[in-house]
Amino acid sequence: MSSYLDAADAAVEHALALGARYADARVMHRRTESMSARNGAVEALDQGETVGVGVRALVGSSWGFFATPHLDPAAAREAGRRAVEIARASARVPGPAAMIPADPEVGTWASECHVDPLAVPLSDKGDLLTAATAEMRKQGADVATGLYQIWDTRKWFVSSEGHRIDQHIRECGGGISATAVGERETQVRSYPSRRGQYGTRGWELVTELDLAAHAAQVADEAQALLRAPQCPSGETTLILGGEQLALQIHESVGHAIELDRILGWEAAYAGTSWLDLAELGKLRYGSELMNIVVDATYPGALGSFGYDDEGTKAGKRDAVRNGIWTGVLAGRESAAVAGLDYAGSVRSMDWASLPMVRMTNVGLEPGPHTLDEIIAETDDGVFMDLNRSWSIDDKRLNFQFGCEVGYEVKNGKLGRMLKNPTYTGIGPKFWQSMDMLSSEIVAWGTPNCGKGQPGQIGHTGHPAAPARFRNVRVGVRG
Amino acid sequence: MSIAEQVLEAARRAAGGSAEVDVNVAREHLALTRFANSYIHQNIAREADTVTLRIHVDGRTAVNSTTVTDDAGLAALVERTVAAARVSPADPGWAGLSGPAELPKLLAEPDPATGEAAPEVRAEQVRAYIEAAGGLTAAGFARNRKVVTTYVNSEGQAASGTVVEAVLDGIAKTPTSDGASRQASRLIADLDGAALGARARAKALASQDPVEIEPGEYEVVLEPTAVSDVLWVLGGYGFNGKAFNEGTTFVRLGEPQFDPAVTLVDDPLSGPAAGAVFDVEGTPRDRLVLVRDGETTAVVHDRRSALEAGVASTGHADAESAVNGAEPINLRLEPSAGAPPAEVDGPAADSAVMALVAGVRRGLLVTDHWYTRCLDPRRLVMTGLTRNGVWLIEDGEITRPVKNLRFTQSYPEALAPGRVLGIGSHAPAFASKYGVQSAMAPALRLAGWNFTGGASG
Repeated sequence: MSSYLDAADAAVEHALALGARYADARVMHRRTESMSARNGAVEALDQGETVGVGVRALVGSSWGFFATPHLDPAAAREAGRRAVEIARASARVPGPAAMIPADPEVGTWASECHVDPLAVPLSDKGDLLTAATAEMRKQGADVATGLYQIWDTRKWFVSSEGHRIDQHIRECGGGISATAVGERETQVRSYPSRRGQYGTRGWELVTELDLAAHAAQVADEAQALLRAPQCPSGETTLILGGEQLALQIHESVGHAIELDRILGWEAAYAGTSWLDLAELGKLRYGSELMNIVVDATYPGALGSFGYDDEGTKAGKRDAVRNGIWTGVLAGRESAAVAGLDYAGSVRSMDWASLPMVRMTNVGLEPGPHTLDEIIAETDDGVFMDLNRSWSIDDKRLNFQFGCEVGYEVKNGKLGRMLKNPTYTGIGPKFWQSMDMLSSEIVAWGTPNCGKGQPGQIGHTGHPAAPARFRNVRVGVRG
Repeated sequence: MSIAEQVLEAARRAAGGSAEVDVNVAREHLALTRFANSYIHQNIAREADTVTLRIHVDGRTAVNSTTVTDDAGLAALVERTVAAARVSPADPGWAGLSGPAELPKLLAEPDPATGEAAPEVRAEQVRAYIEAAGGLTAAGFARNRKVVTTYVNSEGQAASGTVVEAVLDGIAKTPTSDGASRQASRLIADLDGAALGARARAKALASQDPVEIEPGEYEVVLEPTAVSDVLWVLGGYGFNGKAFNEGTTFVRLGEPQFDPAVTLVDDPLSGPAAGAVFDVEGTPRDRLVLVRDGETTAVVHDRRSALEAGVASTGHADAESAVNGAEPINLRLEPSAGAPPAEVDGPAADSAVMALVAGVRRGLLVTDHWYTRCLDPRRLVMTGLTRNGVWLIEDGEITRPVKNLRFTQSYPEALAPGRVLGIGSHAPAFASKYGVQSAMAPALRLAGWNFTGGASG
């Protein structure tokens, strides 16, 4: 759409004319759709369209950002002016600002999509959710819910250094949950997870989930949890399912390796990181089995793109290799401040939000085992699956997670179902205790990662597989 | 004709006379200046008009929104919404539109200087905060926001209103400690960067080189900053009408679930973000008592959950309430009677906090909660951590800083009859970091708080 590129050009050129030494502009057009069903009926259908431009301007060593939904030439120039005006105000309390050099990328990219999710009839999508939730209700769920979400995003990015990029990213996913209500508790089972499963794919992702086929089991298990014994308290061997491990990676690795946190830029809100750049390349993060890769090119994963939101081409980079911390998530500015030479992890939620360091796809490489082998080789422990709650400190060290369901593991076999399974620990100690890792990788999508002020919701991907951890404290209760 | 009226008329024409239609137009100006490592590193402003159209016709409902507000964009909005309403699945929970109703009167008009403050105003507040931090590393944000909302529907309800707010929120850091201070107001001129920076500095200095203590149950004094988390959690999970209908909340109406000292209200007429006297369904919102003298008296509803409960909407619909349930947004825990607060030396926020500390034989003073998440909504068991300063209290004195602790605690059980040993004598105002909620939160002295982990796990 040349008019969108024209608007971005106008904003950048006007910012430069007013004294910016660097400027970029990102026009985004996004269509969204989500539907929620409860107990066999649709309770919400929301669709949306939003278009606008966000302009960054660097004046001296201070930044300004302004965003507007108006894209006519005069409005675009005004957005450039406002960005410069804000940057000049920032200069009242100045700091360092630099950017590592970048190739002026010119390109086009689109995510793979076999079935356009917005083109699937609403009635078909509604039938899918109402059937699944009706079945859960029939099977005894006190509250049965289902959800799908769709994002169709087009972006046009230009910079004063010559970037001209357009992208088309389609994302979707969904899931179902059954809640059983007891006298003094609730229990939940979900499929494929509480948040659902999401990716940069078309509706084929949702079709493959086959939500209805899992509805009865999910409802049965929610009720069974009410009758199950409590997860015992103490230190034991812990086996995590892949979805829970995906969130463990997200919280205790992904956020910890964000360079803006390491540099203190999120100190007052999201927090900092326990990682010290002086230890990069030397610090033992986890066991030899731990190989974490940052890969924005992972096909179909939720954190995939062609270029990040400051124009760096998507790539793949080690974050942890054989347990040693080797890389960070960086942008051009944070990399310059840290003395690093790579970027590629800057993204914004929408046209109205400032691009900032965000996860892309941060996940594990496969291990040598299978889940069956891990269980078979465990004499005494607990298997936990599907995240229910998550909490971690502001340095990304001290965590506590709750899962939907647990099972005893005795003499190499799964035993009784356990309710309220929780575990807690300290990041590097926990990761160093990982002694078995499955090869059964799934790229789990997290569509609700919060960061930044004003708050931004990010979409991230986390390839993960079941794994075993030793001497973990489980069964924390209030 | 306003955009809202224009869209309403076009939608009624397109959808037919039997259609129920409502339109919400929100015009937002949001500006936020962030600082870290004692300089401004991010500084933004944005403006957007969002038009949301809802059509219910032949038993089916569709909601569509857009930020494209030229004629073509609005026409496309109407066309998309009508088309979606015709083919979407049936909506048996539809609760109809709100009829014409008067809005409650605000206690004060919105301050234009607050909503439209220039970036230089925020920069000067930040500068004052950093300078008062006195050489410690400072980080935080200054924000001002203005939202003008217009609502119209096919039943004849029409409402408009303006909300403004300003916030200054930050920390001061030493190599081993953080200290926090924050303030929200409807008047940007109220925000005192120098006083807030000095408070953060005092807290950071007083919490250097903390020691680790054994987890366990401790008597606590929660400062207002920590109490704001307690209020938002109670509001979001507990007093949520949909959750109440589903039986997933602890709330039992008419029962003495809280200590008699507890009175909790949702009050859109006062507080830092006051002004939202109607919701996205056009239903008026007025002062609502949720807990009176310890007895749970109300939950909040949108029209959908209200219909299910057989009661009237309390005016708490938002864009997500159909799915997540309605939540109170202007919570206030009523403070105890007492003298106006004064600045004090040392780490406590003010003299009202120190008055509670004086009664504690052995316990902890907690500045902030962090990353609180729900383990089970039925008992409202939360886990989270302390942040920005924790101190041991011995014989009524703050004796030494301690390292952060993890807790796993049922919030309503911590406030149950006999468990509230004191409430602070004033309720400072806070704005949520996550959304539009505000809280007015006095300090709390509680008989017990269950700390389940220390800094080392």
